[in-house]
Amino acid sequence: MAGITGKDAVLTEYAHRLETLDAPKGRSLTQDAIRRLVRNKAAVLSVFVVGFIIIFAFAGPYFLPWTYDKIDWSGIRKPPNFEAGHYAGTDQNGRDMLARIMQGTQMSLIVAGVATLVSVIIGVIYGAVAGYFGGRVDAVMMRFVDIMYALPYILFVIILVVIFGRNPVLLFVGIGFLEWLTMARIVRGQTMSIKQREFVEAAKAGGAKPWTIIFRHIVPNLTGPVVIYATLTVPEIILTESFLSYLGLGVQEPQTSLGTLISFGAPVAETLPWMLIGPAVVLVSLLLCLTYIGDGLRDALDPKDR
Amino acid sequence: MTEVLKVEDMSVTFELHDSEVQAMREMNFSLAEGETLAVVGESGSGKSQAFLAIMGLLAKNGRAGGRVMMGDVDLLALDSRQLDRYRGKDIAMIFQDPMTSLNPTLKVKTQLSEVLVKHRGFNQQDAVTTSIEMLERVGIPEPVKRANAYPHELSGGMRQRVMIAMALLCQPKILIADEPTTALDVTVQAQMLDLFKSLTEDFGTSLVLITHDLGVVAGVADRMMVMYGGRVVEKGVTDDLFYDPRHPYTLGLLHSTPHIAKRAVRLDPIQGLPPSLENLPKGCAFHPRCAFAFDRCLVERPPLRDVGDGRQKACFYEGPLAYGEVA
Amino acid sequence: MAHTTTLLEIKDLKKTFSIATGLFARPLTLTALEDINFTIRQGETLGIVGESGCGKSTLGRCILQLLSPDEGQVLWLGQDLTKLPAEEMRQRRQDLQIIFQDPLASLNPRMTVGEIIADPLRTLRPELNKTERRARVLKTMESVGLLPEMINRYPHEFSGGQAQRIGIARALITEPKLIVCDEPVSALDVSIQAQILNLLSELKDEFGLTLIFISHNLSVVRHVSDRILVLYLGRIVELASGDEIYDDPKHPYTRALLTAVPIPDPRLARARNIDALKGEIPSPINPPSGCTFRTRCRFAKPYCAEQRPPLERLENDRLVACHRWREIEVPQEAVLGV
Repeated sequence: MAGITGKDAVLTEYAHRLETLDAPKGRSLTQDAIRRLVRNKAAVLSVFVVGFIIIFAFAGPYFLPWTYDKIDWSGIRKPPNFEAGHYAGTDQNGRDMLARIMQGTQMSLIVAGVATLVSVIIGVIYGAVAGYFGGRVDAVMMRFVDIMYALPYILFVIILVVIFGRNPVLLFVGIGFLEWLTMARIVRGQTMSIKQREFVEAAKAGGAKPWTIIFRHIVPNLTGPVVIYATLTVPEIILTESFLSYLGLGVQEPQTSLGTLISFGAPVAETLPWMLIGPAVVLVSLLLCLTYIGDGLRDALDPKDR
Repeated sequence: MTEVLKVEDMSVTFELHDSEVQAMREMNFSLAEGETLAVVGESGSGKSQAFLAIMGLLAKNGRAGGRVMMGDVDLLALDSRQLDRYRGKDIAMIFQDPMTSLNPTLKVKTQLSEVLVKHRGFNQQDAVTTSIEMLERVGIPEPVKRANAYPHELSGGMRQRVMIAMALLCQPKILIADEPTTALDVTVQAQMLDLFKSLTEDFGTSLVLITHDLGVVAGVADRMMVMYGGRVVEKGVTDDLFYDPRHPYTLGLLHSTPHIAKRAVRLDPIQGLPPSLENLPKGCAFHPRCAFAFDRCLVERPPLRDVGDGRQKACFYEGPLAYGEVA
Repeated sequence: MAHTTTLLEIKDLKKTFSIATGLFARPLTLTALEDINFTIRQGETLGIVGESGCGKSTLGRCILQLLSPDEGQVLWLGQDLTKLPAEEMRQRRQDLQIIFQDPLASLNPRMTVGEIIADPLRTLRPELNKTERRARVLKTMESVGLLPEMINRYPHEFSGGQAQRIGIARALITEPKLIVCDEPVSALDVSIQAQILNLLSELKDEFGLTLIFISHNLSVVRHVSDRILVLYLGRIVELASGDEIYDDPKHPYTRALLTAVPIPDPRLARARNIDALKGEIPSPINPPSGCTFRTRCRFAKPYCAEQRPPLERLENDRLVACHRWREIEVPQEAVLGV
């Protein structure tokens, strides 16, 4: 190829061209998807609501007179009292409900976020490797997943709690370690279909090694299903954490989570309704909105509309 | 010659989220009995949409305008139920990919006999017998065995024949074939084209053949219609268009097609890319790629005009059309 | 043009696939290619033509070791690629590239054009830095007729023809000696096909490439090829120069292909005496005994069913596999059948 093989002058010319080249950015698939997502009103509204809840949970406490663990001896089991600064009432220990709701939401969100992250990272790598290499590697890896699936979940969590104590960090990791299984299965299936596509063959023809193919070609094309599944997993994780906390296996006092709040609020719902309503509203909104977002993403990432 | 179909000023428009796109417009032609008309064009020319519209198969966001007269019935004015009386019976369509047109869960004989029972009131037994006879007529060996098979058990060529058999069962006057041989091997394609010829000669069926392959057109079509950018740009007797094309696009297509007997040193392709229907050039849609374009072409759209001998062209250029080697 | 140096030699290549049949049944063996023997000389274009099941795409991939042949040798400049360790084979890929049939499917939808074209360079020439790579990408884009401003765009923003140019650019970037073109124009519109065929011809001359052009379209193959290899059900049926195939086809299948080829010329088309080949291509899982073409061959005799015709070498390095080629009379104009 005249000019490419070592002729400095020509290369410099092209390097110079690079600086002056006005090459417009293309319209990536992600941008296309976002554009489609924006058209879905329910999804957009849900994004705002979730955003609001996040701000509520993390920035809210700075605006409140009470912290989540401070006890107000003068107001125990009191309904909402704006003058005293208890906008959502107090619980049986005299702690401000609104502050506790905020803290609980924080905890639930962090758990969900970290657990999702852990499950995505482990699930994607595991699934992509199993799917790409196939054969015996795949068989062994997926049998392991099958076995893990068969284990009673609660038993496993209880064992973790017994060994490590009731540590919230453990909770994140534990839940994440269980959620990756489904992610791995989904990713494996997707990988098996993606690896048949011609651009993967083209990459092989270009000399790419298996790990390069997995990380440069296959994983980026997995974003669709992974993002959708992750968004739909978050509600599941929050519920699981709520369930575990309800059973008493989750967060420790004085910290709380949405599930714990509900578990304390439910038995006294008739007499102290404000203890249940607040956390329930937040939890239900969060779950609903995340589901709408997940659905919206699924539609947006579906290429049929193109 | 009796006229079996007359299309008047037909158009097809699609509604998108925020705009409208005209896939095809101002189509006029008539089809005589036993005649084969080829509709030639590349992707985006609108050639398939017209006929999908006639068959009532347009996508939900599509609308067809104009009139399509079959006898004294305007097919476009009918609703789905009314159209059903003619569809499959007087006018039938076959598609490029027979696999997606046949129901994979039903045996061949079931799908065929269904047509007869529904449209011609046959009883089940007679329907099956007639179906098997038709399979034989379209050249399927061991028709009884094939009739009892499922579509995926047959090869591509066979499936295409089954489609043709299904279309012919009701002895339609008009058969529309949309790229029927594109997915077939060349030797099977030759058999299929032979079959089409015998259909028109023996049965008197009128055939509309939608294709982009000029070789196929040369082999079977009596007349042809070339489409570009959603409009007809040239129309006439096949021989006339091949040996004396009057539109630069037709000339360009001829020069882009490799001719096995003429191994020219270079093909003369048409410069540029086919236009997007949403963004057609002003004036003549072909002018950006036309070697003969002049000022008028950029601002005015050439209408389809008669130029004698049943020929029509949509072009302002009147000079000789030739560059490089002429066909 | 005298093509003298042998670049590639294929010897006794065989490739089979296992087809699963049922839970407990034995899997069937599909012989996709067998007894493949031919050479490719530097600077020529070898066309490989055949219908479904003939194995042409499989052959292209076996040559590039994207599929591993079961038996036989693929000698590139004397070295057997089938025996090379993976790392060495990877280095060879600089010289042996491929262009695919479906332009959009062969491009990673999440990478920009620039990244796609640069990909083989990143893998095979790691010593180059980012600027050097980009310079080459731009130059290659220009060679294939892509505007340099397109470098940051994504595949789905292009039409089929432009996408194929991207594929061609990717194949050229490592400065290969041989490119396998697997049906490179079949998915394109006619007017674009002609542009791409011309482009390939120009690039071949400019860079001194050797091409293997695989297609089911005999007209296109004849247009671009010096020599043509005809395959039927995984076996070589005939190998000869383009002119010889056209003027003097020795194998009945080659003749059938010629008469079946559509000609864009109504008078010639009418004058043709086409004796359309009867029947269908047999299943590759259960091919006919002896000569696999005999079930459709007008000239078949009983002994054609008993023994497989050997691949005979004629003068001019022609190959034919037919028991009766000496006795069969070739019509004056094979393509017209007269």
